[in-house]
Amino acid sequence: MVLVYTESEEGKLKKIALEAVSYAKGIADAMGGSVTAVAVNTSDTSELGKYGASKVLQVSNSELDTFKAETFADIISQAAKAEGAKVVVLSSSANSKFIAPLVAVNLEAGYVPNVVELPQSTDPFKLKHTVFTNKAFAITQVNTEVKVIGLGKNSYGLKENETPLTTETFSPNISGSGAEVVSIDKATDTVTIADAEIVVSGGRGLKGPENWGMIEELASVLGAATACSKPVSDMGWRPHSEHVGQTGKPVASNLYIAIGISGAIQHLAGINASKVKVVINNDPEAPFFKAADYGIVGDAFEVVPQLTEKLKAFKAQNA
Amino acid sequence: MKIAVCISHVPDTTSKINFTDGDSSFDTNGVQFVINPNDEFGLTRAMWFKEKQGATVHVLNVGGPETEPTLRKALAIGADEAIRINTAATDGFSVAKQLAHVVKEGGYDLVIGGRESIDYNGGMVPGMIAKMNGLNFVNTCIGLEIEGNEAMAVREIDGGKETIKTSLPLVIGGQKGLVAESDLRIPNMRGIMQARSKPLTVKEAVDASPETESVKFEKPAAKGAVKLVDNVDELIDLLHNEAKVI
Repeated sequence: MVLVYTESEEGKLKKIALEAVSYAKGIADAMGGSVTAVAVNTSDTSELGKYGASKVLQVSNSELDTFKAETFADIISQAAKAEGAKVVVLSSSANSKFIAPLVAVNLEAGYVPNVVELPQSTDPFKLKHTVFTNKAFAITQVNTEVKVIGLGKNSYGLKENETPLTTETFSPNISGSGAEVVSIDKATDTVTIADAEIVVSGGRGLKGPENWGMIEELASVLGAATACSKPVSDMGWRPHSEHVGQTGKPVASNLYIAIGISGAIQHLAGINASKVKVVINNDPEAPFFKAADYGIVGDAFEVVPQLTEKLKAFKAQNA
Repeated sequence: MKIAVCISHVPDTTSKINFTDGDSSFDTNGVQFVINPNDEFGLTRAMWFKEKQGATVHVLNVGGPETEPTLRKALAIGADEAIRINTAATDGFSVAKQLAHVVKEGGYDLVIGGRESIDYNGGMVPGMIAKMNGLNFVNTCIGLEIEGNEAMAVREIDGGKETIKTSLPLVIGGQKGLVAESDLRIPNMRGIMQARSKPLTVKEAVDASPETESVKFEKPAAKGAVKLVDNVDELIDLLHNEAKVI
């Protein structure tokens, strides 16, 4: 029996939740069991069956409209116990990474984060996951009866697996929390790095914050999130939240476009989980060219506006 | 206020990662070890509490004697006392259990850990310490103010941040933002001299069997050469037809 926590935002299931369900179904098939999802204040859960869940435990409670890690962890733990789950799957969102260690302690379960594929074996239970910020993989054996898995973003993908879905109302004890959210400051009109399928990132080669308009424009044409290298955030050209790399945010997008970024080892580690990397840089010796799939040696100030224009035309044609 | 900063002893961010003993362990040959960057932001924030509001700062580490230079560096930066729990750091759970024990014994008001260590990226130790000891917990913490028993923490969330009201005793998983990169301190000669006479206590480990064990390591497959293109039309064509990402 595999339990998966399916995160939602404003009542709608997130894509990473569906990826987690796809993955949970893979494990359930390998172990000979089924998938139960636990969803909190989610208005429409019918999509869960499409990716392999047989049952959804619906939790509806207005006290859970704001995220409380401890309370959510207790709910997931109660669901895992009620279902007799041997494996609990969570995604790699900021909230799930907050919850996972708490669930692991509750269930006396071994926890492995950043897992990239189905278990290599289920007895003993062996998981492959990224370590050293994507510079390597580790195979780790989990020796506890219950296992908690944090699935690396965009590592398994969505896999359809139409399964009849039953829905149950689940009313766990809602534990109190010693931490209360008093305000949320979140841009609603831009794509976040965590959710983005495409990320457009700028480095020192852009010469100054005043030149970020072309990065934003390119990102907007692609429906992409914007990001930056560490020096750019250290100099205050862009906010810390955009810093991508070993001490910043990891990026696991489908496409990562690096503009005017030389490619320091720490930066490359942070973006290594991205599937396709494009570099635009006027220095052909920039280390990024060794890490990229496609590259243009050229002046960003010429190439980027051209790329944006041509992409607009491309999008119009393929719309 | 009594603060514990949990310090992980990790390879410098520029390290080349290699494995030894049939890919079963990390090759430390030629590797420079440092204070885990996420922990160092927390340590610096702890120094500000000490200087502005008054606090005693202890640094804690689970590991063998080889981690002591890293603890001495933390003392040179300004921590008052170091505690090394004398056992190998095997998995996140067992490390958390060792630290949870020392935290309970020490009666700390604030426990600062890093969001994750940059070696094994577990991201579980601060949360586990909090849960094991029944303490409040804020992860991915990018701002923290404390007055009396009350704490206001800012947490990074996907696409923004949220402000959380909580109270001591508190555990945080910290990262850049607690202080800025430019606020990090390089130990000066006076700090280094003082660090030599500050207490570094070695504690014996409590019983804490690991829940997971490392089997082996792998390096990512070698990457093919970059495809250089001359113009943006060609790039768009490749991204659409070959890579299928647009």
